[in-house]
Amino acid sequence: MSVALTKNRHAHPNVEADEILLSVKNLRVWFELKKWGFSHVGWVHAVDGVSFDLRKGEAIAIVGESGCGKSSLMKTFLLLNRPTEGKVFFRGVDISTLKGKELKKFRSHVGYVQQDPYGALPPFMTVRRILEEPLIVNGIKSKTEREERVRRAMHEVTLTPVEDFLNKYPHMLSGGQQQRVVIARAMIMEPLLLVADEPVSMLDASVRVEILKLLRKLQEEHNLSVIYITHDLSTVKYFSERIFVMYAGKLIEKARIEELLDNPLHPYTEALLTGTSEPDAANAKVLKDIPPGEPPSLVHPPAGCRFHPRCSRMIEGLCNTEEPPEFEVFPGHVVKCWLYKDQAEKLEQ
Amino acid sequence: MSETRLLQIEDLVLYFKTRIGNVQAVDHVSLSLERHKAMVILGESGCGKTSMARAILRLLPRNVSKYSGKVIIDGEDVMPMDDETFRKNVRWVQVSMVPQAAMNSLNPVIRVGDQVAEPAIVHMGMSKEEALAKASETFGLVGVPEDFLVRYPFELSGGMRQRVAIAMALITNPKIIILDEPTSALDLLTQANIMNVLKKIKWEHGASYVLITHDIATSSELADVVAVMYAGQIVEVNDAESFFSQPLHPYSQKLMASVPRLRSDREPEFITGRPPSLLNPPTGCRFADRCPFRFDKCNAEPPVYEVDGHLVKCWLYEDKATGDVS
Amino acid sequence: MNLNQLKEITRYPSAIVGILLIAFLVILSIYVVIALPYHQTIMKWQGAGGIWMDNPRTAPPEWVNYFRSKKLPKTIIRKSANGAVQKKRTPIKGDISDEDFVFSFNYTADEFPQEIIVDFTSKYKKKAPYITLTWITPDGRKIDVGNFALHEETTRRISQDKKLIAKLNGKPPEVALFADPKSKELKPLKGTYKLDVDGIIFEPKSDFDAKLVVYGKVYGLAGTDHLRRDLMLALLWGTPVALIFGLLAALATSILTMIIAAIGSWYSSWVDSIIQRITEVNMMLPVLPILIMIGVFYSRSLWVMLGAIILLSIFGAGIKSYRSIFMQERESGYIEAAKAYGASDIRIIFFYLIPRIVPILIPSLVVLIPSFVFLEASLAVLGLGDPVMPTWGKVINEAITNGAPYKGLYYWPLEPAFMLMLTGFSFAMLGFALDRVFNPRLRGM
Repeated sequence: MSVALTKNRHAHPNVEADEILLSVKNLRVWFELKKWGFSHVGWVHAVDGVSFDLRKGEAIAIVGESGCGKSSLMKTFLLLNRPTEGKVFFRGVDISTLKGKELKKFRSHVGYVQQDPYGALPPFMTVRRILEEPLIVNGIKSKTEREERVRRAMHEVTLTPVEDFLNKYPHMLSGGQQQRVVIARAMIMEPLLLVADEPVSMLDASVRVEILKLLRKLQEEHNLSVIYITHDLSTVKYFSERIFVMYAGKLIEKARIEELLDNPLHPYTEALLTGTSEPDAANAKVLKDIPPGEPPSLVHPPAGCRFHPRCSRMIEGLCNTEEPPEFEVFPGHVVKCWLYKDQAEKLEQ
Repeated sequence: MSETRLLQIEDLVLYFKTRIGNVQAVDHVSLSLERHKAMVILGESGCGKTSMARAILRLLPRNVSKYSGKVIIDGEDVMPMDDETFRKNVRWVQVSMVPQAAMNSLNPVIRVGDQVAEPAIVHMGMSKEEALAKASETFGLVGVPEDFLVRYPFELSGGMRQRVAIAMALITNPKIIILDEPTSALDLLTQANIMNVLKKIKWEHGASYVLITHDIATSSELADVVAVMYAGQIVEVNDAESFFSQPLHPYSQKLMASVPRLRSDREPEFITGRPPSLLNPPTGCRFADRCPFRFDKCNAEPPVYEVDGHLVKCWLYEDKATGDVS
Repeated sequence: MNLNQLKEITRYPSAIVGILLIAFLVILSIYVVIALPYHQTIMKWQGAGGIWMDNPRTAPPEWVNYFRSKKLPKTIIRKSANGAVQKKRTPIKGDISDEDFVFSFNYTADEFPQEIIVDFTSKYKKKAPYITLTWITPDGRKIDVGNFALHEETTRRISQDKKLIAKLNGKPPEVALFADPKSKELKPLKGTYKLDVDGIIFEPKSDFDAKLVVYGKVYGLAGTDHLRRDLMLALLWGTPVALIFGLLAALATSILTMIIAAIGSWYSSWVDSIIQRITEVNMMLPVLPILIMIGVFYSRSLWVMLGAIILLSIFGAGIKSYRSIFMQERESGYIEAAKAYGASDIRIIFFYLIPRIVPILIPSLVVLIPSFVFLEASLAVLGLGDPVMPTWGKVINEAITNGAPYKGLYYWPLEPAFMLMLTGFSFAMLGFALDRVFNPRLRGM
């Protein structure tokens, strides 16, 4: 199965020449749970041992349900959270060491597109002002330069004619238009990496496609790296090449998209695929075969493999006691599941 | 046709008065639902579908300017009833509703068991013990463990709370259950689980549903009949099989084309423009300015044509129509 | 805050009434500050230069006569200086001559005057002129009201002349001299009265002048107080004092409270805790007793009170409510986005959080203004007002201290009370309308 988007791409995951933009090593992000604001009760293991590399111009999707830790993971890349353990390297520099000017420079390299377009925009600022803010913050003093960059950003997200929108307030725009302003704001400092957290889940069906296509166009034109976070599997094909499945703070499967769709390895991934419907009248006649129960608490995750209480193929004595390492079952396709212990070489966790 | 339809809506109108004008939320809608079937009202935000639900259940806000039409349940038109009779005999007795984001509308200071039992006490005259027993039974139907009866909403996850809300709508054994976006705020697998629950209840207990949603893919999990709503009007009524494979109305076609598909390569399309405001709907066909097949007749409002047993509100079907139902 | 919202406001009649009233008060204040300068007013209020002497004491305003069947008299003044009346000088013998002039006036009121005095100024070297005063009633009776020698300047208080009172059989002269002899009930005779001032001068260059004041029982637009001061001055001057005080206090308090709440809720941790603890302790402090103590032991100056009130109010309940709003807003998407594109904390507080609060701040500010106005007035009523400035509260205080309610002098405390209510009312009207515009959730109410 080919994916319709790899046509005019500069970046290709197998080309060595591309720089590694983001390198995540054993990242853990734990939040302290305190009672009454000061007595320690426990830790929320939001991100619990995540590693991967992201190249320049590459787009990856991180898929998972709510409570799996994907938002916390994403916020760490924006340095809105601090890593508790492990490291995140951006162009070779450990981002947790950044301060002052260096930190600001880093922030200008990463654009953030949020889920709720209306909440992401200050209701008391006009579109022009919203887009100018990142420029002002980053010290672009010349008013003409700012005006020019604002207009360029508006053109890029096709919010035209520009004059019609510059002086409007967010509540005067439709959901799709609001999200385009959010994207324009994320792009205005010409970032290298775009982090998009469920950018279309709060938009209407017919508008989603528009926004996804826009993101894809931007990625291609600017050779942007994109981390696309979502729970809707059906949208990942449209501009990501690799997909990571996240469950209970861990990345349990990583693969190229076509590979994952053709050949899901982890039982949870299978469940996600089964759970994703397509419009088909036949659906109404059958029950979906999905695991019962719900994602586990991140405060007291289950021992061993965190999915084991819901897994129909759990191996007693193994899955419930020991955490599975990462197995590379096919080239570029890794999974954290004991079912594959014999088939694959064990990779370093 | 000797068998009466379960639900027949004729020419339902609901307009609201706001400071900026009259919002024509439900604009002469006619629909029907057979017993033990599920009808999906499909539409995007702002098309008036939530107002539809409220119009059927007479849960009206204070600024209604027009409310008319016929709502015939099991042969009896309930519109002429006064409010008190409606409350006693229809609402939550014959028709109940799981409102949008129901999981967030549970009373946070009352135990969930008591909340689910309440409709049974009020509408079925049960005593507290009887009602709690029925609540326990209903919990079983929706897949909530019995020991959750004494818990408070904040102790439950989103999926569990949604199931509790569904139980609340089921407990009085209504003939029709209206569900307004029952799974939108939920995770993928939780969504699938809830859909399974709804399917089981339909198959095992013969429930009839009116499901209101914008999620086309999920709607196919339950739909027997699909009604598409646009700008306050119903533009197509079709059975699920033909709708999902060959939608009739251009809007339906565009909607289907916009669904991203996991298992096919086809690029989804988007619809340019925005739906018209319900404040001052345009004359003529309301979809005309976004329609790729627009022609001069579209300046006048199309009638509702019957085509092979399906209904379409579109001039394109004038010739193929076997009848004019409007 | 944008044009639409401003247009919204005009839809509420209460807002329009409020705005008009406030505009009136503001324009009045501006006029007062320009036309009646501060120092002059203070001097006047202290009675410098005896400017109030021609006013009756504790007289209600003239317009009360519209509501009375028996009209009260206005003050009547007649002067002899500068040729206002014809002086007749008749020589008697040598240097001695007789100078005579007659004051004449028409009395039409239904009630008796408050007091009668005659003010004399005279010029002489050794021997003062000798004056004889004769009262002539409209029906021709002549009554001798005094014989005496003038020494430089004398004020002849006819109403208090004991000899005259005895002569008039114990009746007060201002009544007896005007009473209608033919009427059974006591009422004044209307008509033309004359006072013949006849003086014997002993030196050729000697001269004298007189001023007759028949004090009425009504005065001006606002009446007078116990010190004969025109209350209009206090009512007028009280306006800018009240407005400026109220506005400054409300503005300073609101802005400072908001900034402190913003900083506290943004930085959280110990900064926030300290601010919250200070607030909680401060909320328990009783404001009025503390102000009273400051007033008694330190200073009653208006500015000191203003400063003290602001200090006591900043860490008030406002901090708690603003903080809760800020805490909520802090989690907003756009704040998160701002952090992500590198906005500094200060920038976020002042450019993102605070503008969010302004629509809530403004209505509460407007409604807060009258509370401070009332607070200042309360202090004044308790006797702790500014010692020199004439303010509304001061007038009320003096009225009560001088027994106005017991004496039936209702106009005295009611006039400043009315001004206070007018101020409170107008700001409240505007404030509530603003609240409905800026916070639409309240619209349905």
